[in-house]
Amino acid sequence: MKQLNNARAINEAIKEEMQRDERVCVLGEDVGYSGGPFTLTRGLIEEFGEWRLRDTPISEASMVGIAVGAAMTGLRPIVDIMFMDFFGLIMDQVFNQAGKTRWMFAGKVNLPIVITTLTGAGLNAGPQHSSSLEAWCCHIPGIKVVMPTTPYETKGLLKASIRDDNPVIFCIHKGMLRLKADIPEEEYVIPLGKAVVRKEGKDVTVVAVQQMSLKALSVAQKLEGEGISVEVIDPLTLSPLDLATIVESVKKTGRLVIVHEAVKKFGVGAEIAMSVMEEAFDYLDAPVVRVAAPFTHVPFTPTLEKAFVPQEEDILKAIKGVCA
Amino acid sequence: MKFTKEQCLNFYRVMAQIRAFEEMVSKKFAEGAMPGFVHVSLGQEAVAAGACGPLRKDDYIITNHRGHGHCIAKGVDMKPMMAELYGKKTGLCKGKSGSMHLSDMEHGMLGANAIVGAGIPIGTGAAYSIKLRKTDQVVVIFHGEGSTGNGVFHESMNMAALWKLPAIYCCENNLYAEMTHASLHMPFENVAERAKGYNIPGVIVDGNDPEAVYQAVDEAVKKARKGQGPTFIECKTYRWHGHYEGDPAKYRIPGELEEWMKKEPLKVYGDKLKKLGYINEAGMERISQEVQAIVDDAVKFAEESSSPGPEVIFEDLYA
Repeated sequence: MKQLNNARAINEAIKEEMQRDERVCVLGEDVGYSGGPFTLTRGLIEEFGEWRLRDTPISEASMVGIAVGAAMTGLRPIVDIMFMDFFGLIMDQVFNQAGKTRWMFAGKVNLPIVITTLTGAGLNAGPQHSSSLEAWCCHIPGIKVVMPTTPYETKGLLKASIRDDNPVIFCIHKGMLRLKADIPEEEYVIPLGKAVVRKEGKDVTVVAVQQMSLKALSVAQKLEGEGISVEVIDPLTLSPLDLATIVESVKKTGRLVIVHEAVKKFGVGAEIAMSVMEEAFDYLDAPVVRVAAPFTHVPFTPTLEKAFVPQEEDILKAIKGVCA
Repeated sequence: MKFTKEQCLNFYRVMAQIRAFEEMVSKKFAEGAMPGFVHVSLGQEAVAAGACGPLRKDDYIITNHRGHGHCIAKGVDMKPMMAELYGKKTGLCKGKSGSMHLSDMEHGMLGANAIVGAGIPIGTGAAYSIKLRKTDQVVVIFHGEGSTGNGVFHESMNMAALWKLPAIYCCENNLYAEMTHASLHMPFENVAERAKGYNIPGVIVDGNDPEAVYQAVDEAVKKARKGQGPTFIECKTYRWHGHYEGDPAKYRIPGELEEWMKKEPLKVYGDKLKKLGYINEAGMERISQEVQAIVDDAVKFAEESSSPGPEVIFEDLYA
């Protein structure tokens, strides 16, 4: 075992996949000589050269277009879109090109593209560097959306994403880049589309995305003492969603709380709630509850940012509410 | 540049083939045989015929919503092309995508694109891929002057120049961005001016002359294969039909169409070949019949093909 944080886990995953497959390359702002503002690609240009670690101009839309063309002609590009807020600049290439091309061209080409991006609040980065827009991407057929949490998951899921023949949006929570954990020395890959049960429980299911799953776990441990047994599930991949694991859990517990950092309205929580109702309505003993950010933008100043992001007490209150 | 008789007759044949295909498409669309939107390039045939001339089968092209001619010139089989326009199961895309999304990887046709300008970075990406894979392929990116108003055009030109990519930006300046005259969307007459800003050679050619287009593209291809970077080629041409089939095109400047019809590429080039003694009336008639027979076969194939079943809407979504 070794201890790595999320930033180093990303770096290792990219490095190992680039060593394994010479078709893998990275394009993005500052990915080469600078190693990236969060050091995600640090040291890679020295090993792989400037063609495979391609520093680009500030041209997000075309960077993704270039990845589409490169993927169609034999490469497996990773494009780094530094902050998910910049997705406004790339959505034509994500939605109309990467998402549709394989389908439109009747399966004649694969698009093995990974778009890595930083989501979420926590660094006081302000309204244009803190958004969680994963729901935008989940709404696009032909795209996969991955939201890893621990360094172990980040590394294994990123390796799987790079090996996947479909476009994958890989969302890394910027507030968790320095989160450290044990990682095996030996190589491993974690398949996409499979949720992880962080803690088993029998009274209530909490489906929580990214750092919310760690907050939910902390709450669940506290509630053990109060006699409430909480099952915590982190989907890890939002599209395709591992609905079976969630439904199986709800059939056992009869209660469901969904937690995510993105705004509540029209979000991933609504999709999970409705899907569970379609599959397991008769098993529900209480209405499904969502804990998510309010329908506004991420504020800059620390007190307001904290107020925006769902906290442990919000999760606790929601769990107690459905268990009452 | 001196062209052989064989090369000249090939230009003529390719232009005649595109003409026959698109006249048929226009006719069948008007009859209601084809659903959706169709955009034809009648009048612009010399660009496709000239630009695809210097290309190998393993070179790439990418095009836009007005791309039938480019597909034909690159060697794409017209039967599945026509079947796609008819929305049939035997079409290039199983009838899922239509005229604006034709694609054929076997011939390096990386796709038509219905988002104006969106193919430009994708083609540029193919050029990046060539550079990284260290082959000597090239990419010809067909686009109209209208697409140069789009940000991705400028981003792509910048990166292509910066990285010396083997990309040839073949711009068909047909004077209209959809339904808006070039004078209303560009601050200059020659779109090739834009290339200067990116330190890319900007060449202007008569887009109704296949030899002129060939010569410019051939030079650009030779440079690109040697790693000497991209070229922007402005082909001055004109679109006889409206933006889409059925567009009454009332926005045209009066007299403009008539002036351009005098530069009818197939006729002008045919006359030139006759003067050179490469072809006579009988030879032209024979080519006309041969290309028509191919189009008629394609129509028969399309009309006799069955429509796709509902199951195809879920096919090919994920690998």
